[in-house]
Amino acid sequence: MPVRARPLSPHLQVYRWQIGSTLSILHRATGVALALGLVALSYWLISLAGGDETYGAAMRVFSSPVGLLFLLGWTFSFLFHLLNGVRHLFWDAGYGFERTPRQVSGWFAVLGALGLTVCVCLAVWHGVRT
Amino acid sequence: MALIPLTLWFFFSLLALPALDYETVRTWLALPISSFLAVLSVAVLTYHSYLGTTVVIEDYVHAAGLKVLSLMLLRFLYVLFGGASIFAILRVAFGS
Repeated sequence: MPVRARPLSPHLQVYRWQIGSTLSILHRATGVALALGLVALSYWLISLAGGDETYGAAMRVFSSPVGLLFLLGWTFSFLFHLLNGVRHLFWDAGYGFERTPRQVSGWFAVLGALGLTVCVCLAVWHGVRT
Repeated sequence: MALIPLTLWFFFSLLALPALDYETVRTWLALPISSFLAVLSVAVLTYHSYLGTTVVIEDYVHAAGLKVLSLMLLRFLYVLFGGASIFAILRVAFGS
C-alpha cells in the first residue's frame, strides 16, 4: 500500500517564537547531544582501563580543537538539560504552570546554564594554568 | 531523580582532581567508593538516555519496520556501550 506524503499545516512558519517551545526542543536536542556524549564517555573509560598509551591517545583527542569544542558544547548541554530537567520535575509535582513562573524559570534555565558553563570553563582553565 | 546527585558527584569529582593524567585518574577511580558510584552513574545515565532517545525515535520515525529496527538497534548499542563502560570501570577497580 503506497504511502502518500500527507500535507502538514504550517507551524514553524506561522507561530511566533516563544521561550517555552524553544526550550522544549532545546531540552530534546541537548538530550540527544548528551547521548552522543555517553559514547565519548564510554571511549574515555575504556581507554583508561586499556592503559597509559590508550589513555594518552584519548586525552589528545579530547584536547584537540574539535575535542575541546565538543566538550564545551557537551558541558552546556549537560547544564541546560539538568536545569530544565529540574524545571520538569517541578511541573511533575504540579508547580509552576502559570505564565510568569514558566517564563521566569525558563530564562533561569537558559541563562543559568550559560553562566555555569562559563564558570566551568574558567575553573578548568584556571586548573590547567596552575 | 538519582541522576541529579550522581552526575553532579561524578563531574565535580573529575573537576576537583589536581590533574587529569593517567595515574591520578586511575588511582581515583580505583577507590571503592569512586568505582561504585561511577558504575551506578553510568548505569542510571545509560538507562535515562535510552528512555529519552527511544521517545525521540518513536516521534520521528514513522515507517513501522524502520521504527522497530531502530529501536532494537538502539537497545543493542546502549547495552553495548553501557556494558563496556561498566566493564572498564570494574577493570580499573579490581586491578588488571
